[in-house]
Amino acid sequence: MFDPMNSIAQWLTDLLSGWGLSSGLVIFILTLLGVVVVATFVLVLDIFLVWVERKVVARFQDRLGPNRLGPFGLIQPLADVIKLLIKEDITPSGADRVVYNLAPIMALATVLLLWAVIPFAPTMLGADISVGVLYIVAIGAIGTLGLIMAGWASNNKYALLGALRTVAMTVSYEVPMVVSLLLPVILARSMSLQEIVNRQSIWYIVAAPIAALIFLISAIAELGRAPFDLAEAESEIVAGFHIEYSGMKFGLFYAGELLHAVTMGALFATFFLGGWKGPFVEQVPILGVVYLLAKAMFLYWVIMWVKYSLPRVRIDHMLDFNWKLLTPLALVMVMATALLDKLLIGLAIPAGSLAYTFWMLVMNIFIGWATLSLLRTHARVERMRVGEPKPVARPELSGVKPTGITKV
Amino acid sequence: MIPLSWYLIFAAALFSIGLYGVLARKNAIAILMGIELMLNAINVNLIAFWRYRTPEMLGGQVFAVIVFAVAAAEVAVGLALFISLYRRRNTIAADEIDLMKW
Amino acid sequence: MTALQIIFILVAAMTLGAGMLVVTARNLIHSALWLVTALFGVAIMFVLLEAGFLAVVQVMVYIGAIAILIIFGIMLTRKIASDSGPRFTENWGWALFIAVVLFGGLTWLLASWSGFQAEPAPLSERFDSLRQLGVALVSPDGYVLAFELASVLLLAALIGALVIAWDRK
Repeated sequence: MFDPMNSIAQWLTDLLSGWGLSSGLVIFILTLLGVVVVATFVLVLDIFLVWVERKVVARFQDRLGPNRLGPFGLIQPLADVIKLLIKEDITPSGADRVVYNLAPIMALATVLLLWAVIPFAPTMLGADISVGVLYIVAIGAIGTLGLIMAGWASNNKYALLGALRTVAMTVSYEVPMVVSLLLPVILARSMSLQEIVNRQSIWYIVAAPIAALIFLISAIAELGRAPFDLAEAESEIVAGFHIEYSGMKFGLFYAGELLHAVTMGALFATFFLGGWKGPFVEQVPILGVVYLLAKAMFLYWVIMWVKYSLPRVRIDHMLDFNWKLLTPLALVMVMATALLDKLLIGLAIPAGSLAYTFWMLVMNIFIGWATLSLLRTHARVERMRVGEPKPVARPELSGVKPTGITKV
Repeated sequence: MIPLSWYLIFAAALFSIGLYGVLARKNAIAILMGIELMLNAINVNLIAFWRYRTPEMLGGQVFAVIVFAVAAAEVAVGLALFISLYRRRNTIAADEIDLMKW
Repeated sequence: MTALQIIFILVAAMTLGAGMLVVTARNLIHSALWLVTALFGVAIMFVLLEAGFLAVVQVMVYIGAIAILIIFGIMLTRKIASDSGPRFTENWGWALFIAVVLFGGLTWLLASWSGFQAEPAPLSERFDSLRQLGVALVSPDGYVLAFELASVLLLAALIGALVIAWDRK
């Protein structure tokens, strides 16, 4: 089996033990090296993402994007980094220095921490903890703390307002994200991400499409990207919680946001698209990395597609959408999936088989159709209520006859 | 290996620090933070006893999980009370909120 | 001094230091951020005690929800002029005395208990505490009653907090 990472790790272990170091120290050094490798890989990917973002947004907007620096504009991110590094580093007066400097570090660090549990290949994993799913939720929760710190430490009322709005949105959208993540856990009977990927002989997006959709929508809201980007609504509150950040600190926020988007893509791929699974991955484990990255970049492209196609959602509409549609739908899905799972196991249909997946898909389609018809009814009632002729005080002066819309 | 006494002394110290915070601070939210420290010390105590005395019976961990739930409920209601109080009396110092109704 | 003991001492020092800064910081938001540090230290303690699930739940519930709620509460109840007046009550000397006496009393009481210096028994390899915890929480001869009561309590707290903080304008 062609497994370069593990052979290198084995060779290093033998080398360090040969030098007389105790086994504990050897394990510590190897773990440290692993951390450095993963962090470097992810951060280099992040620089590449700046280029991807600008090219793709350009194409969505029917233009070319940066193409002057290097072939196809590939040197552009380097120019961006240099520009950010040589900018003046302004700290607003009255700002709380320690918290002000700590906030962008926390914003990027919490995204890097997520990569510790994502399985790259059958044998390549940062840390195979048994509560991987909960770890991801917990790290997402710490991320919101970074936002509050940024908003408050800037000593700027717009920053504080933007931060409070962002945190309200982020904390609200954590609920359907966590509940929809329960569905792959139920289907795989384990919270460890490696186990979830191992059990996906048929990808979970077939067995739980509604959960995948809810996770995608909540992930886009968690990222703070459009259409949920009221945090950075340039026309409303001028860049929200990172108004007062300039130079590389803003660069950290920006890079953190892009990296978070790819991380959510990688998580979606792990939970619903089979992670590192693909042809020939048992023989050549390093192909797992390629498959995972391909799926993650595809999801990143979908997230960008949504961003550059949809208008911004108002904050009360956004919270309504969360609490009145996504959360009840996610809870109903958990109950229905758990019940159907017990029923199918009782009928001796093993988990992960084709029949099991088929019945799960049928149940999902049924619940999706029921939700859509409920929404249609609600929309019709709403339209009739809004379109009713409203009383006008003196109709003879307004010159307009109140009319209602035609009934649907 | 870490003897049990280290964990118990650590939990007792954290509890005492939280107790000092509750008794000596004026701001009601600072008192709430002292209560949170005390609850965390209790949790550490429970889990230390679980691990060292009865690791195969999960009662200790269940107790700690229930304490989590109760602490979350208490903070939510407490902060709702503080915000409502601040709207009426425009103060949040514990020694200025000393009349029932006037 | 094994590595685990060194880690314990460092984490305990960080947590206790952060705890003391929580109760003595001048700026209330700094106090809240030191509380986050203390909670994180307690989460690391849970990992040392091999209760990984509780460590992650601690980060998720305490830091991700309670600490953020406390920070929101602080921001919503600040006076326009910055924090005025002393931050300690007049009787803070007595409070210090009580805290020290309590700590001394607890330590002395526990030291006279036979199991005080116990070492941990190693867990067997096949022991899956996560699965056992799940079974214990929902099995009828486990702790399902406590579990259901905790859910009712959380529902009551949810409704109660909404009703109390409703802005009747």
